[in-house]
Amino acid sequence: MEILEIFLTASFWTAAIRIASPLILATMGELICERAGVLNLGIEGIMVAGAFVGWFGAYIGMGLWGGVLLAFVVGMLLGLLHASMTVSLGLSQHVVGLGITLLATSLTYYAYRVALPEVTSPPKIEAFQPISVAILAYIPILGPALAEQTPLTYLAIATVLITSFVLYRTPLGLALRAVGENPSSVAAQGLSVLGLRIGAVVVGSGLMALGGAFLTLSAFDSFFFGMVNGRGWVCIALVVFGAWKPHKAFLGAILFAAFDAFQIRLQQSTIGADIPYQIFLMMPYFLSIAALVVMSRKAEVPAALMVPFYKGER
Amino acid sequence: MGEVVLRLEGITKNFGALKANENVSLNLEKGEVLALLGENGAGKTTLMNILFGQYTADSGRVEVFGKTLPPGMARAALDAGVGMVHQHFTLAHNLSVLENVILGTSSLWSWKLQYKQARQQLLELANRYHLKINPDAKVSALSVGERQRVEILKALFRQAKILILDEPTAVLTPQETESLFKTLTEATEQGLSIIFISHKLHEVMKIAQKVAILRHGKLIATKETRETSPNELAALMVGNPIRPPAVTERDSGPVVMELLNVSTESQHHSKGLKNVSMRLCSGEIVGLAGVSGNGQTSIADLVAGLITPSQGKLHLDGKPIDQWSPRQSVLSGIARIPEDRHHAGTIADFSLTENSIIERYRDQPFARHGWVNWQAAEGFTQELIRQYDVRCPGPDTRIRLLSGGNMQKLILGRVLQNDPRVILAHQPSRGLDIGAVHYVHKKLLEARQKGATILLISEDLDEILQLSDIIHVASAGRVSPPFQRGKVTPTELGGWMSGAAFAKQETLHAP
Repeated sequence: MEILEIFLTASFWTAAIRIASPLILATMGELICERAGVLNLGIEGIMVAGAFVGWFGAYIGMGLWGGVLLAFVVGMLLGLLHASMTVSLGLSQHVVGLGITLLATSLTYYAYRVALPEVTSPPKIEAFQPISVAILAYIPILGPALAEQTPLTYLAIATVLITSFVLYRTPLGLALRAVGENPSSVAAQGLSVLGLRIGAVVVGSGLMALGGAFLTLSAFDSFFFGMVNGRGWVCIALVVFGAWKPHKAFLGAILFAAFDAFQIRLQQSTIGADIPYQIFLMMPYFLSIAALVVMSRKAEVPAALMVPFYKGER
Repeated sequence: MGEVVLRLEGITKNFGALKANENVSLNLEKGEVLALLGENGAGKTTLMNILFGQYTADSGRVEVFGKTLPPGMARAALDAGVGMVHQHFTLAHNLSVLENVILGTSSLWSWKLQYKQARQQLLELANRYHLKINPDAKVSALSVGERQRVEILKALFRQAKILILDEPTAVLTPQETESLFKTLTEATEQGLSIIFISHKLHEVMKIAQKVAILRHGKLIATKETRETSPNELAALMVGNPIRPPAVTERDSGPVVMELLNVSTESQHHSKGLKNVSMRLCSGEIVGLAGVSGNGQTSIADLVAGLITPSQGKLHLDGKPIDQWSPRQSVLSGIARIPEDRHHAGTIADFSLTENSIIERYRDQPFARHGWVNWQAAEGFTQELIRQYDVRCPGPDTRIRLLSGGNMQKLILGRVLQNDPRVILAHQPSRGLDIGAVHYVHKKLLEARQKGATILLISEDLDEILQLSDIIHVASAGRVSPPFQRGKVTPTELGGWMSGAAFAKQETLHAP
């Protein structure tokens, strides 16, 4: 019964939501890109860049929010690079995406070394502290866990609501969804297919960088190599898991984070003593694959995902 | 003389060496239906794409309600009140009808989609023009006819005063066409002006008041439908008087292929065959009539080696076939003109050259020691383009850029250039204009003259009656006994099509 009790503690859910926050931000970013028809495999590298730049901004005295803003801008620039190749030139989205990931990761490590040539242990900053939003505690079940989080977590949750609202309630969102389904439908209305797609990739990449910045500004208080650790790839899976719908992808992120928080606690429990800890580390990934198989079989993939658009073609 | 709402002046457009439009000028008057008539590749669609800003003209001017449109801007034509229903619909399938209709109607930066208001407006329009539609249905769930309705409503929702319809009847059933015409007539009564692009003469005569005829990118003539005839239009469209190719009598040769009491399993989209017997002789066209979906696809697949009989035998040159596959079929000299030229006949993103050798890339002269000889392949393609008059920029063009007729000419060339023993012609002239249809018929008759065996599968009874030496009818997986040319009436064939004659035959032969 020890295992079940883990799920009932508020601290467990507080941890789960904290772990979910960077995933939520980056997943929304990826979802926006894919809804517009562009697969952005640059996500992992953009998160690495966001993690470093956000931290660096705070480190050089721009303040925490200054770091957040800087990360967002750098993410958008990397997104612009991605879009100029995949959207404007119609190059392979796989190759460009992986290229951006490699480029952004290497550039980040290089920049870190150039900026801090002397250090051996990563310098620390004063990270975001949890703020108490007492009203949220009244929400059933998740309320107490929601009430004690850092501002970036609230930003992440707001991002889900805003993404959902924009996609389904505004003309811009309708155009974005249409451009991912059939670009000709958008072109026939005299709207710019390229403009919409570039915009989606730029903003989406900005959000990915925010997801990275969460790691250095909220979850930890310094930057170190390998800290993103495949979270970007998890987000790609979460978009599929969520069937390209913001609220479902949000729930997927929470679910994944809950598995993750659970395995950490299992490792610390009495059961954990006898089993190699790598088994526990593997668990969230294993369970997400299983969930993916169950959940996403009937999902409607945006019909024009990964299909470049050239003007005047049949 | 009504008010001129749309004026095209001296439009010229070249694609490389191809003159798609050459100095075309047109006037559209308020409340009239102007038909734009021309063969495939005559430049009809290009002209409309220029008007609609999808292409930029090399020279010329577009004027709507007295104002010149800036070139290359779809928005400008839309805002001026021009709506276009493309041949390939521009709908997002995963979105609802309402979402498709309101897409792009309000500023991208406005806060809210006016769903409620838009729904009201859409329903009013649907009511006014008798276009029944469910605003909340997903487009993917709609029939082709319904999707077209959505496209028309989309244009009307944008307060289009001029409606352009590009080959709107190509995808419709006769009943759907009928109801479209009613809609269009009502629309013109309410002050809309319509450009109706088509190559179907009887439709043009029925719906339009004025006809503009394009040929090879040039405007040949503009006629009042009252003062012309289908024959005159056809002649203008093709460039010379139309004469269907003559069929000469010919004795048929030895039996080449024979189906003996063949049954097949039903495939997921085609009916299985029930105890079918047919005999295909050299120098003979065997026509298989019947409404689509009655086993024709199974017969075609059987001959092409895509399926094998579950019962019965398939004989080639009097010998039973043991191993039967598409490769075997090609090696036995069976060439096919597939039913669906876009999916089964060609690979859209391959070049003309690649498509030309796709069935023979392993054979001489296209393959040498396991390498493709591209020089030979391109030479062969050049030859096809020249001999079969395929209108295209060159052999490197991706085949998706060709019109249906030109695509079919290439397929025909690919088939005939090999001097095949058996030609499987499945709906060879569907969707083609008269000129192209006659061309296909002429080529099939020439092949027959040379001694080829031709299995002609068609829904068009006139085509079957005109070309076939022997006629069979398919109905519900069964095939009628053979009828000689001239020994059977369309009414009798109709009895076999409906299946009534099969029932009668069974009672006759019952013990």
